[in-house]
Amino acid sequence: MSTAGLLTRPPRMLVLWCPDWPVVAAGVAAGLPAHLPAAVFAANRVVACSAIARAAGVRRDMRRREAQSRCPELAVFGEDQDRDARLFEPIVEAVEELVVGVEAVRPGVVAVPVSGASGYFGGEHRLVELLVDHVSGETGVECQIGVADGLFAATLAAHRSVLVEEGAAARFLAPLSVTELDQPDTGRAELVDLLRRLGLRTLGSFAALSERDVAGRFGSEGVLAHRLANGQDERPPHRRRPPPELFVTKTFDPPLERVDVAAFMGKTLAGRFHSGLSSRGLACTRLGIYATTERGEELSRIWRCAEPLTPEGIADRVRWQFEGWLRAGDGRRPTAGVSELRLEPEETVEGAALQLGLWQGGDGGEHTPEADRAARALVHVQGLLGPDSVFTAVPEGGRGPAERVRLVPWGDQRMPSDGHDASWPEQLPGLSPATVFEEPVPAFVTDAEGTEVSVTDRYALTGPPHQVSIEGGAARRVLAWAGPWPVLARWWAPEGRPTTGRVQVVLEGMSGAQSEVALLLNWQAKRSPLWTVEGMYD
Amino acid sequence: MPGGTVAEIQAVRPGEPLAETAGVSAVARLASLPGVSTASGVAASAVHAQTTGRVLPVLPALAELLPWGGLRRGSTVAVHGSTSLLLALLAEATASGSWAAVVGIPRLGLVAARELGVEVGRLALVPRPGADFASATAALLDGVDLVATGPPGRFGGTQTARRLSARARNRGAVLLSLGPWPGAEVELRCGPVSWSGLGEGHGYLREREVVVDVAGRGAAARPFRASLLLPGPGGAVATAGAAARPSYAPAEGVKVG
Repeated sequence: MSTAGLLTRPPRMLVLWCPDWPVVAAGVAAGLPAHLPAAVFAANRVVACSAIARAAGVRRDMRRREAQSRCPELAVFGEDQDRDARLFEPIVEAVEELVVGVEAVRPGVVAVPVSGASGYFGGEHRLVELLVDHVSGETGVECQIGVADGLFAATLAAHRSVLVEEGAAARFLAPLSVTELDQPDTGRAELVDLLRRLGLRTLGSFAALSERDVAGRFGSEGVLAHRLANGQDERPPHRRRPPPELFVTKTFDPPLERVDVAAFMGKTLAGRFHSGLSSRGLACTRLGIYATTERGEELSRIWRCAEPLTPEGIADRVRWQFEGWLRAGDGRRPTAGVSELRLEPEETVEGAALQLGLWQGGDGGEHTPEADRAARALVHVQGLLGPDSVFTAVPEGGRGPAERVRLVPWGDQRMPSDGHDASWPEQLPGLSPATVFEEPVPAFVTDAEGTEVSVTDRYALTGPPHQVSIEGGAARRVLAWAGPWPVLARWWAPEGRPTTGRVQVVLEGMSGAQSEVALLLNWQAKRSPLWTVEGMYD
Repeated sequence: MPGGTVAEIQAVRPGEPLAETAGVSAVARLASLPGVSTASGVAASAVHAQTTGRVLPVLPALAELLPWGGLRRGSTVAVHGSTSLLLALLAEATASGSWAAVVGIPRLGLVAARELGVEVGRLALVPRPGADFASATAALLDGVDLVATGPPGRFGGTQTARRLSARARNRGAVLLSLGPWPGAEVELRCGPVSWSGLGEGHGYLREREVVVDVAGRGAAARPFRASLLLPGPGGAVATAGAAARPSYAPAEGVKVG
């Protein structure tokens, strides 16, 4: 054999095939005994049927009516690929207990590279026996196994329960029908049909064509099929690995009582955690910090981060969290030292997403040294006060001064909502107040006669405001005023906000010492008090 | 400039305009005393500090209020009686890339901040620091260029205030307070106000003329008064008409520091 032949020969594969898997899975799910005929249908056509149904004359692609006429007691199931995959998982795990590098090709088919395992178990025959016994013993599912060079040949070998000798894949394939190329999910039905009409009925006759001719007539699709018919592999198999354990845990004896010790431990733990993630091309965007104290108290805090965390970032958060826990006030402080610490990635992003963030910051943030420094400081404050203590403002559409801005906790997406820069009807003209009271301050507005001013149904004041007293204080004379600017939002909804209106006033200074002050007053129908101070232009 | 003469001053800074009046010899004699520098010398160091980034920029209308033509890093500035003046001080610096944080002022009108020119995307808010006011402010001073706080009286008193001022000096951040702050280097006080734009039932609040008094310690120890439009037309800050140009006595051209 030439060097090129050695290089292109695909790795020796073992394929474990569960015949009629969709039917088996459906039967298991429905609790149907295996000796009753059953078939799985998609779009009214048979996708798979059990051996007993096949013996009664049911075939693939048959209509349901016809299948039932041949086999009246046929159990009919709908196609459900999720169910197939879910029930197949125990079989993959059973195979994984014996051999490593298991690849689930599709539900019902598992591929394993043979080289290492056959040496370990003492030959391919011994390995095959072991696997068949183990799988049926563990899961109660019958399976067939084939061994050959390359996944395609091994799959066909499994259909026939054959062990093909090394280097004999092409010879094994040659007499088989060309329709074998049309395996599920490959979409080669058209190609196979064409080959048959051209008179190429076996894989051998197709393989005998020169690759150049195949490429010229059938394109890349044909070349792939040609490689398979020749016993070569279309791609290296993708190994299935056990799901990675990404969290890291460390126990402390004696337990941690001091922040500086915890910070030191956190640093090494963070390094381990980060390298575990990055070795899988992942980065963490939500970090869970869990601690157990000596007396069994459970402490936990989840950290959200707009940016993927670096090892320093993780170590910082562990330190800040310990500061928060160990320096908390009486009552909130854990009663004993921390004996176990666990870091868990609550949310990870893949390397590709991470790179995007490096250049343009997917969250709309910026990446200047100032911004990075500020971000560290703000996260530090979050460590002291909790995650919902630091905000940034995002412009928002709205009418009142408080509605036109939305506070977003630091670390969350800071995307302004649609329409924040559109012009809003009933928006206050001119300036906005520099002080906006969270709790509206009650006020009493009177006209020259001393009766309380209100707003009529035609949105006019009942009289010009003359005096305003705030929170029951001394009345101050109104120097100038304008309004009302009514807000009629959601007037149609029965539970909607009642009509409100806004009035700007300038009040005279108190006893000469204070200067005049401008206020934004808010009137709301059927409310007590009728008027409140919404903001102050100070 | 101990022991220097006018000629030497000229040799050191050839670009400086020097007064060619009868007062020259008196100024030169004063300037030659140890620890005394001329007003132009103070101005020159202010320009130097601005170009080297030790002073954070403020809006042009506010630059002449402040002794260094901006907010000097490490200083503490107290603003009395006007939230909009505090916001206006943050405007230019945040617009040019610095970050600012506001601690313990839950009533801040953020729409007004935007109208005054503050880049709210670089403005972080810690509305309720509670008992952790001092540690939160200290943490912010580590990473943010400008930190504005409520008055410290509610949070910890003089001792806390001095510690935080020292922290700001150490980290090169600017600490601003809304209300009195013990040991502030510059105090800005909003005086009499007059609003325009609003009539008897018509118009709307358009602009406000306000008199700002500046006092302070060290380089800011010259009483100073200026009239501003805060906010002026369109919400921005502007200097009020030429009649209200800042004025201070010519005798204060020499400062002792």
